[in-house]
Amino acid sequence: MIKTLNINNKYYDVDVDSLDIPLLWVLRDFVGLTGTKYSCGKALCGACTVHLNGHAIRACTTPLSQALNNKITTIEGLSTDNSHPVQKAWLEEDVPQCGFCQSGQIMSAAALLNTNPSPSDEEITAAMSGNLCRCGSYPQIFNAVKRASQLISQEN
Amino acid sequence: MKRRTVLKLLALTGGGVAIGVWLTDNDTAVVELLRTELSREKNTERDLQQAWFANAWLRLYPDDSMVLQVPSSEMGQGVMTALPMLLAEELDADWARIRVEHAPVHHVYRNPTNNRQSTGNSASIRGFHHTLRLAGAAIREALLRAAAARWQVAVSTLSTRDNLISDAAGEHRLRYGELLQEMGAFPLAENSVLKTPDKFRLLNSPLRRLDTPAKINGSAVFGQDVTLPGLLVAVVARCPVFKGSVANFNDTDARAVNGVVDVVKIGSGIAVVARHFWAAQQGREKLRVTWNEGPLATQNDAAILQLLRNSIGQGTVVEKIGDVTPHLEGKSLISAEYFTPFLAHTCMEPMNCTAWVQDRRCDIWAPTQSPERARKAAAGIAGMSKDHVFVHTTFLGGGFGRRSEQDFVIEAVEISKLLGAPVKVLWTREDDIQHDFYRPITLNKLSAHLDANGMPLAIRHSIAAPSLLDRFVPFSKVVLRGKDPTAVDGVLDNKYRIPNFELNYANVDTGIPVGFWRSVGYSQNVFVSECFLDEIALAGNQNPYQLRRTLLQDNPRLLRTLELAAEKAGWHAPRTAGHHFGIASSACFGSYLSQIAEVSIVQDNSNRQVLVHRITCVIDCGMVVNPRIVKAQVTGGIVYGLSAALYGNISIKDGRVQQSNFHDYPCLRIHNMPEVSLHLVDSNEEPGGVGEIGTPPVAAAVANAVLAATGAPIRNLPIAL
Repeated sequence: MIKTLNINNKYYDVDVDSLDIPLLWVLRDFVGLTGTKYSCGKALCGACTVHLNGHAIRACTTPLSQALNNKITTIEGLSTDNSHPVQKAWLEEDVPQCGFCQSGQIMSAAALLNTNPSPSDEEITAAMSGNLCRCGSYPQIFNAVKRASQLISQEN
Repeated sequence: MKRRTVLKLLALTGGGVAIGVWLTDNDTAVVELLRTELSREKNTERDLQQAWFANAWLRLYPDDSMVLQVPSSEMGQGVMTALPMLLAEELDADWARIRVEHAPVHHVYRNPTNNRQSTGNSASIRGFHHTLRLAGAAIREALLRAAAARWQVAVSTLSTRDNLISDAAGEHRLRYGELLQEMGAFPLAENSVLKTPDKFRLLNSPLRRLDTPAKINGSAVFGQDVTLPGLLVAVVARCPVFKGSVANFNDTDARAVNGVVDVVKIGSGIAVVARHFWAAQQGREKLRVTWNEGPLATQNDAAILQLLRNSIGQGTVVEKIGDVTPHLEGKSLISAEYFTPFLAHTCMEPMNCTAWVQDRRCDIWAPTQSPERARKAAAGIAGMSKDHVFVHTTFLGGGFGRRSEQDFVIEAVEISKLLGAPVKVLWTREDDIQHDFYRPITLNKLSAHLDANGMPLAIRHSIAAPSLLDRFVPFSKVVLRGKDPTAVDGVLDNKYRIPNFELNYANVDTGIPVGFWRSVGYSQNVFVSECFLDEIALAGNQNPYQLRRTLLQDNPRLLRTLELAAEKAGWHAPRTAGHHFGIASSACFGSYLSQIAEVSIVQDNSNRQVLVHRITCVIDCGMVVNPRIVKAQVTGGIVYGLSAALYGNISIKDGRVQQSNFHDYPCLRIHNMPEVSLHLVDSNEEPGGVGEIGTPPVAAAVANAVLAATGAPIRNLPIAL
């Protein structure tokens, strides 16, 4: 069956067999947006984090049915030129090591700052605690979220 | 290095590859390989015709952009930034114009420390720093000679900066890119003079990583992200019991899943191949397989521990200083038994590989730490010469030793060969945790006798543990003579002066596959040794810091890190009420490091838990290429070690791994992240490795802090109160 998805403000038709297929695999294998990563498949690590109507969700456990008729934003849709304040902050703090978890980290941070542009330290660690990083880039992630918050307040 | 030296080295090593010989030879084979393979990718052919392939490492373009071949795999450790910095420094290159590629497999790209094109052992900077600096210096010299010839001036009147050559009189100015057409007449020299550290512009600067922009917008291509026209995706059903095999299988229901293309039997199990991952996964769930579980079907933790217990002390004496016997027999002893469990790697990117076996060519796209061994493995399966196998190293979503293995490569090649199509094998997280090559389980017995001052007079350490080199070293029983260095690295005599020391290692095969895990033997042996040292300090009524100082008199670099760590952490200063300190050191991979953990014990309902507040860490890794990367690596090593110390445990029941995902194999998360306070010692010594050195001491530092808090030693990992 053909379904239409709104991803990064573009419409994509996908031909799927079931609406149970997780959004993650629709993005990766049907639409070809591979910036969103598979790592655990059980919403335990956050590597697949994308936005549904601006809120962070784990695409690996979100069935396609829940994504239909909603606005989906992936890492590719944050900006094409690394100009989103979270990406700018990630550049300034030079956060990634292997980088595999970073799409998810950035999407979690961007969702946090969407609703709470000036989070406290505790709010930052609470919002980011669902995102694992095996390289241990947590100090850089924490600093980058703080920095992004500053950049956003400067822009406003 | 002069040609004569190179040839001598070649003779001494009995053939093979000589370090540096390709550096200045502008080796035609490498350039040919690069040209051919690069031109297979669209839109590069015109560019390639304009490029000057200065040597195997760098090509330059008329617009001054430069592309460097990175011989090591980028798995987060920053080689795609640090290695180019070495070459760019000597070339006086414009850093903004440097781009990087993973090098293809060729012996010119072998790491000189082990003569293999593989990434591990914290050896990238150690292996390549000299070669890459020489390569940059040689290119710069050739460019200078070309400019001098064009301007009819002496080379000595010219200077370079940021890809610009200018003369002392200020009359001439050229960009490197403007000289490329003439470079054929100016072969590279072999004995270029390197800069002295006071002339460095790039080295020892915290430059940002070249791979960061691609890693924050989803464009970086990891193995998982490889796409090709007609690419199929496979998941493999493997026997849950190690070394089991397929008895029979029924694939009727699996094949009925929409999107499933084929179901094939391969060496490791049954592969379900589909048009996309979800269909393959659904197909695998519908597959019915009966396994021959084999002899390990009854293996479990208790039986494995018994195997270790039966062998401990019965192995080979692999290290001996003085004679422990008169000091231990009939004397009052401090004795302890330590245990460390199997550990999985859990790279964020589960294992995967893409292969395309065609008539006379096999392509591999893999996140691999050892492309050379991947090529060899693929050639064997594909049934073709390795010259027809091309490995394209992608970004690695973590490595930690796991991606030195070839199991995922072999699967992809087998399936692609059977189907005659490009195939990407994806492992689920469950596959990844349950079919790993685990850090070896170890049982340790230690006894010590102290002199009247509380100093250790004699120590006997017995280790029973599986050998991971057994699998890699042919005739290992004969060659290793009972000593697997990876099983014993990091024991006490590695760094401390112990007058009488004996190490007994018993190799115990438990049937569970074991492999390289970040910092390898050091990761468990430094825990055991440094914790036992604190037990000695306690028994001898000594301050653990002072005891180490005394024992480190022969090891000034490590001693310096220890003293500096004590100073930075405030070892001697008044401490926050309820906070306790633990100290530990390690010397490995050419670097020296001491850590102090600051912890408190908290009551959480009926459980007591360790809260790690701060890790102070002082590192002497010799010459620093990029302090930002060094700090990120050491912090990362600490996080990796802390995850293992607090949570890491792989248990075995009925021959199966009981853990399956991050809920039962937890890893440190940001809300549990302690403050990490890092300090680098200034040094112009040879660069040491930094990718692994943060890991070994952290479990011991935390455990020793717990000992200080509770008076009870922590002798088992993960730490439990």
